Amino acid sequence: MQRVGIPQGLFYHYYYPLWKTFFEDLGAEVVNSGPTNREIVEKGIAAAVDESCFPVKVYFGHVQQLCTMGLDYIFLPRLVSVEPRSYICPKFMGVPDMIKATLSDLPAVIDMLVDLSKTNKVFDREVVKVGNYFTRDRMAIQRAYHHGIAEQKNCNQICQSGYSTTEAIALWEGGQIDLPSRYDLQIGVLGHGYSLYDQTISMNLIQRLRSMGCKVILPEGCDHIKIETAAATMPKRVFWTLGRKNVGAALHLAQQEQIDGIIYLACFGCGPDSMIGDLIERKIKNKPFMMITIDEHTGEAGMITRLEAFCDMLRRRRYAGSESNLSAHGEYVYSPAGVNEWSAAGIHNSSADQ
Amino acid sequence: MNGLQLEFITPPPISKRTLELGVKYSPEFVCMPMKINLGNFIEALEMGADTIVMGGGWGPCRFGYYAQIEKEILQELGYDFQMLVLEAPDSKLKILLRQLQSLGQNVSLWQALKSIKFAWDKLNAVEQVEKGLEYFLPRAVHPDQVERIYQQGLEEIIAARNADQSFKMARQAVQSMQKLELKSQAPLKIGLVGEIYTVLEPAANYEIIKMLGRLGVEVKRTIYMSDWVNDHLLGGHVKPSVRSQLIASARPYLNYWVGGHGQETVGTTVAMARQGCDGIIQIGPLTCMPEIVAQTILPLVSEKEGIPCMTLWFDELTGTAGIQTRLEAFIDMVSRRKYTAGYVKEA
Repeated sequence: MQRVGIPQGLFYHYYYPLWKTFFEDLGAEVVNSGPTNREIVEKGIAAAVDESCFPVKVYFGHVQQLCTMGLDYIFLPRLVSVEPRSYICPKFMGVPDMIKATLSDLPAVIDMLVDLSKTNKVFDREVVKVGNYFTRDRMAIQRAYHHGIAEQKNCNQICQSGYSTTEAIALWEGGQIDLPSRYDLQIGVLGHGYSLYDQTISMNLIQRLRSMGCKVILPEGCDHIKIETAAATMPKRVFWTLGRKNVGAALHLAQQEQIDGIIYLACFGCGPDSMIGDLIERKIKNKPFMMITIDEHTGEAGMITRLEAFCDMLRRRRYAGSESNLSAHGEYVYSPAGVNEWSAAGIHNSSADQ
Repeated sequence: MNGLQLEFITPPPISKRTLELGVKYSPEFVCMPMKINLGNFIEALEMGADTIVMGGGWGPCRFGYYAQIEKEILQELGYDFQMLVLEAPDSKLKILLRQLQSLGQNVSLWQALKSIKFAWDKLNAVEQVEKGLEYFLPRAVHPDQVERIYQQGLEEIIAARNADQSFKMARQAVQSMQKLELKSQAPLKIGLVGEIYTVLEPAANYEIIKMLGRLGVEVKRTIYMSDWVNDHLLGGHVKPSVRSQLIASARPYLNYWVGGHGQETVGTTVAMARQGCDGIIQIGPLTCMPEIVAQTILPLVSEKEGIPCMTLWFDELTGTAGIQTRLEAFIDMVSRRKYTAGYVKEA
């Protein structure tokens, strides 16, 4: 049986079920590099150029990890565009070339061009080309691909109930994960899936929020049409697929009464994030918004502190009614009884009126 | 623009203040061209401009979204203006036509074409002087004189009233450079590749061409403003284009378009190595995505084609001493490699 390696980075988080099913149906064994760990990160940082963004560095690490696992093939698709008239990011378009230029002794590379920006024809041809590594039977390739798409849809369905794609993949593979049922805050968490859903890259952001009593709403859990409708209100169509998804999700969540706040996880050096993050910050005026930028540094305390502070602020906002009732020096200005006393005494508290 | 009978405002030359304004109001992690660009617009609006004309695009490079973010920022700052974004329309051709129309409302189509021709000629005249500077600066015994002639030539071309006059000024400038006393030794040739704005805008690359020229290096580049205009605005019909050849020579190192000038950077490096350049310097604004792809691939090109490569990133840090030091070290290495090859064993 031939062994095909899929690095567990970048668009693994969006399309793994599809390709796993596809390769397995064609009789290959699929191996992945496992969740990101410190060793993979170190390897990736050493291999990639300093200016790359963190997820790309981690991807380099995953590929190196796979190289040690005795593979026949390694699957490194070139993702240009996964939908009409939109792109992912220039770095994704060059990833296979970057890997080949940097790493030696790779197994045979299955290089595939995914470009759906104009037509589907090229992509259909590419699917057959990839299938031909394993079989000459065109029908079998088509069947495997359609089966893959069906499995991918199942997995996407799981995301609708609030799971991240990484968790959804684990569930799809037969695992068991329970979401906490007790929470008092609902927070929209946005970002590029390959950094947000990777526990190491995102420093476990989603789990941390859940353990702080928050329900986490992810773009994958929102209705696709609502996201697109909200994104269409932008003055210019956002031509990055993930960027548009995030802008749409942010605008959509901002209109939802039950959402207490929104967090955006950006990567240092990410091109689209540098603009999208700023756009979202400008557009969301009615909800607390926090942008967290991550890179390869490992100090978690700063992140935890910011999350705690954000949650504290949201809770006060919810239970104290208005932030302007809070003094900046730790003493409660507002108490229902206190206000009555002041009113009775004719003392007017200006800050309470705002 | 004069030919379109519109009053235009040239923002003051890019200064420290331009950059400071841009950095202050731009998103923190956005690339440097946008910061400078925003600074330019603020200074132009301060001088009373009421319309901004800006380019656009449909990705994947960030440039395509500059105009929209800049508009939001400028509006937030309280400026009152109209913004025209010239780009291929997403769905309706009408929108682009209407925007072009509003620019040319004072003149006929013929006059508009004539003014475009004049602008094109002026651009070419300026580039003749630039090429003169690049050739004579490393060769002249007194580089100061070359720079003085260059500066004067530029001013005369800008003031020129017609195409003939501007070409005449360009010719004069180059001729007076030719009369200068030259060094006997041939200079090193270094190829300058990278992101187009950084290569073209001296303020964005801290005048790296002059810096290299004074170090006795002749700068070779394939990126000139007229080439960009020719390839992207005039459809490559006005003069022969080398772009497709450059992209072809990027194979097998980079096999796909990566937005911006990534593929051109790799292709040019390969082409220049084969044409006998002594080294390559890649420049770009920090976090530029296409250039990062190219940077990752350049070490392989360097090894296979046998040419030293160095990458310099520019951001809003304005200390030039670091750049100067790195350039000097690179030049030392390149010249040692060239002139003492075979005599020195690598340790």
